[in-house]
Amino acid sequence: MRIHIPTPLRIYTDKQDTVGVEASTVGEALDALTARHPELRKHLFSEEGKLRAFVNVYLNDEDIRYLPEGEATRVNGKDELSIIPSIAGGR
Amino acid sequence: MATTLEQPATLPQLSNEEIARYSRHLILPEVGLEGQQKLKAAKVLCVGTGGLGSPLAFYLAAAGIGSIGLVDFDVVDESNLQRQIIHFTSDVGRPKIQSATDKLKALNPYLNVVQHETMLTSANALEIIRGYDVVADGTDNFPTRYLVNDACVLTGKPNAYGSIFRFEGQASVFATEQGPCYRCLYPEPPPPGLVPSCAEGGVLGILPGLVGVIQATEVIKLILGKGAPLIGRLLLVDSLNMSFRELKLRKNPDCPVCGTHPTVTKLIDYNQFCGITPEPKANSVNGTTVQNGIPQMSAVELKKRLDNHDDLFVLDVREPHEYQIANLGAKLIPLNDLPARAGELEKEREIVVHCKSGGRSQKAAEFLAQNGFKKVWNLAGGITAWSNDVDPKVPKY
Repeated sequence: MRIHIPTPLRIYTDKQDTVGVEASTVGEALDALTARHPELRKHLFSEEGKLRAFVNVYLNDEDIRYLPEGEATRVNGKDELSIIPSIAGGR
Repeated sequence: MATTLEQPATLPQLSNEEIARYSRHLILPEVGLEGQQKLKAAKVLCVGTGGLGSPLAFYLAAAGIGSIGLVDFDVVDESNLQRQIIHFTSDVGRPKIQSATDKLKALNPYLNVVQHETMLTSANALEIIRGYDVVADGTDNFPTRYLVNDACVLTGKPNAYGSIFRFEGQASVFATEQGPCYRCLYPEPPPPGLVPSCAEGGVLGILPGLVGVIQATEVIKLILGKGAPLIGRLLLVDSLNMSFRELKLRKNPDCPVCGTHPTVTKLIDYNQFCGITPEPKANSVNGTTVQNGIPQMSAVELKKRLDNHDDLFVLDVREPHEYQIANLGAKLIPLNDLPARAGELEKEREIVVHCKSGGRSQKAAEFLAQNGFKKVWNLAGGITAWSNDVDPKVPKY
């Protein structure tokens, strides 16, 4: 599946805007992503392994926090994950 | 799902001149005479008259909004002109609020502009926002984003939200009765320094145009009560790939400000909430300013020492594309690469670190000092100070 990487985090993915991973659940996909780009891990997860409060992860157009099975939700190759961090620019 | 704002008992009449001016609206059944009268009755607060605020306020003024409030305390800078289209070259140095008011009144003399030349704070936000029907947030930092959100929830005013970063933007409508607020999306801000501002990260000039006009569109729709507002939806704009995507947003029942049992019932200290602490006080050691353990060298002092052929190593921690714009001929190791490349530097040698204005180089100097480098200076004010105080031929960017 494809994972969309937002601009602020692309410095940790060798500037790639999408990363392709093999995974059968949302959690596996995020693990595969951070295994390949270890620097990303601390920006996405707290030390207790919880998704940080200023980062949202969407499976297609749905926030994974609101999926009934959360990170255990099964995915297929056509699904897309998007990492959406908060941005504040306006000037 | 159209959302209707509270309407005044009687709508204002349009003069013949106004009917001529708004003709293209009046012949749209979705606007019509009554819609145009609603726009004339409406009061909209634009927080910020910068990148987002410029196109936002311009289009709202053109559309016939009766009263626009502007909040800004900044002055126009040359570097604003690439995107803040309400300010002209001749406005450099003028207060933005004056510059913006002039343009809006020149565009539409029927418009009433209310100036709030102040920083929006926890002390004044509720009072300012209460006087308006809709708020459009075009600010540029996390504390003000959370302040505007909470003040909108507490006063029951919808917030047409937009924010931008480099080539990407986000837009939504927050703080309506049924819909989510900004805190439902992001309960907490990122730690300070993690997400660079436009001044640090750059921004494509047209991007605030795209996103600000989306905000203006949402404001107009909220006032007209027509169409499907961006409530419960986050629109993502990627100008580099020119793609627009939409994500679902849900109202969080446990949201601390708009949830069923709110814990935030009045405005708080938003700098503290965003982890922004006052700069550690600089102290002075034998006449040298020391910031967080790092001695600061002025540009003039650096020039003197270089002219003196002192054994100094100058390190530039900016990005390669910044180096191309202006440089002092120093070795370039971007801040993010420094941990991996510190081995290229000599621990015993005296090193002066510089960046654009002194922030990144301070971090780099602190990192080097923690990793056994004996004598590390920060160039106070960066290459900008060098241009100001030593060599004006070096361009400022």
